[in-house]
Amino acid sequence: MAESSEGGPRQFSLRPPRSSGTENIPAADAGSTSIDSAESELAEDDVIDLSLERSDSKVVEVLARLDSELVGLLPVKSRIADIASLLLVDKMRRRFGLGSSRPNLHMSFTGSPGTGKTTVALRMAELLHHLGYLRKGHLVAVTRDDLVGQYIGHTAPKTREVLKRAMGGVLFIDEAYYLYRPENERDYGQETIEILLQVMENERDDLVVIVAGYRDRMETFFQSNPGMNSRIAHHIDFPDYSDAELERIAELILNEQGYYLDDDARIAFAEYLTLRRERPHFANARSVRNALERSRLRQASRLLNSEKTVLTKSDLMRIDELDIRASRVFGRVDEAGA
Amino acid sequence: MRVTQGAFSFLPELTDEEVRAQIEYVLSNGWSIAIEVTDDPHPRNTYWEMWGLPMFELQDAAAVMAELAECKKTYPQHYVRLNAYDASYGRQTTALSFIVNRPESEPGFRLDRTELSDRQVRYQIRAYSADAPVGQRYQG
Repeated sequence: MAESSEGGPRQFSLRPPRSSGTENIPAADAGSTSIDSAESELAEDDVIDLSLERSDSKVVEVLARLDSELVGLLPVKSRIADIASLLLVDKMRRRFGLGSSRPNLHMSFTGSPGTGKTTVALRMAELLHHLGYLRKGHLVAVTRDDLVGQYIGHTAPKTREVLKRAMGGVLFIDEAYYLYRPENERDYGQETIEILLQVMENERDDLVVIVAGYRDRMETFFQSNPGMNSRIAHHIDFPDYSDAELERIAELILNEQGYYLDDDARIAFAEYLTLRRERPHFANARSVRNALERSRLRQASRLLNSEKTVLTKSDLMRIDELDIRASRVFGRVDEAGA
Repeated sequence: MRVTQGAFSFLPELTDEEVRAQIEYVLSNGWSIAIEVTDDPHPRNTYWEMWGLPMFELQDAAAVMAELAECKKTYPQHYVRLNAYDASYGRQTTALSFIVNRPESEPGFRLDRTELSDRQVRYQIRAYSADAPVGQRYQG
């Protein structure tokens, strides 16, 4: 026998032992949240327990998490709460056999960078999964590079592969307007758009597409691709954060990492934000995160270069005014290399 | 004569729901999945033609079901099988392979006996359907 000469007994068990790898979910559970597998239709005079339905779908939990995780963004949050209520009501209507068509769930998130579009998309995927509109509820985040090929005949398989990976979840296309390049009529991006449109229409049950990007550029993108615009039901605009909100975000980030700003640093940081906002490439929460990252660097070198012989826990946690003020934004030469 | 290759081939034909459940199981194990096609039913014909590329990192069976539907539409009278590969061993390892589509009528095999010297007999099987050229078999 050829096999036996390769050494080692052959495994005949159905699932060979493995050292690592993912735990498998029983296949029977996989479709249990699907809207198709809902219980039999209710009679005319039946009633639905609203609170039970609400707690079953975990909508409140996800929304509460969204609320606590993300500072500000009130219009976005209320819009998402609206969508969640609509879907929940739709689900209950379905149980009475009312309105059978699945709502269009494709969305467009517009806003400046760093306003939480990706995070909200993640929560959205989770929400739709709990409501039974997505079977898996994962998020596949892609940009133009992942979808558009480099030579003729490369684009379609590439796009389809990404779409297949996203099935059962959300496909999040960041900076979607790069797909369309009007200046080059042979650009392969157009092919991707066509495939996307087709899938958004035909495979609505399997996939939710969220396109995201700057507001003005997305508008031009939609104007030149009316088909895309008409297939997107929810346009959600992400407002820029106010300074107070950004300070609150900074606090949250530092808290998570076990740091804090002392009072002087807090004032310095507020000034920093005002100045930073006027400089190019301001990216809201992302800029805040990066600024804090750099002040952590400065804090570390400050501590190591200091005269002190002992450090307290609070020394290690405190970010002081100098760590903030050393930033380039304040117009000084910065030895920490920010 | 029903060709029995791969898993489940002694069972009644799997329904779409059952195929989907199998695919879900495959994906939950993190195996990659590929669709293959042939119209040559000979048991030694192990290398079937690939339908598209193998599919990696899928989360949901819908993608495979869509490809499968497409494949069946193109080759309604061919054998179509699903192969799942387990890459965790670092070599090509078929974890699951089963036929999901077969021609409506399978005429079966003919057994040829060739007499050699000293009353030795050589056996050969030949699919009746393989008399027609590739692509023109199982036409009805």
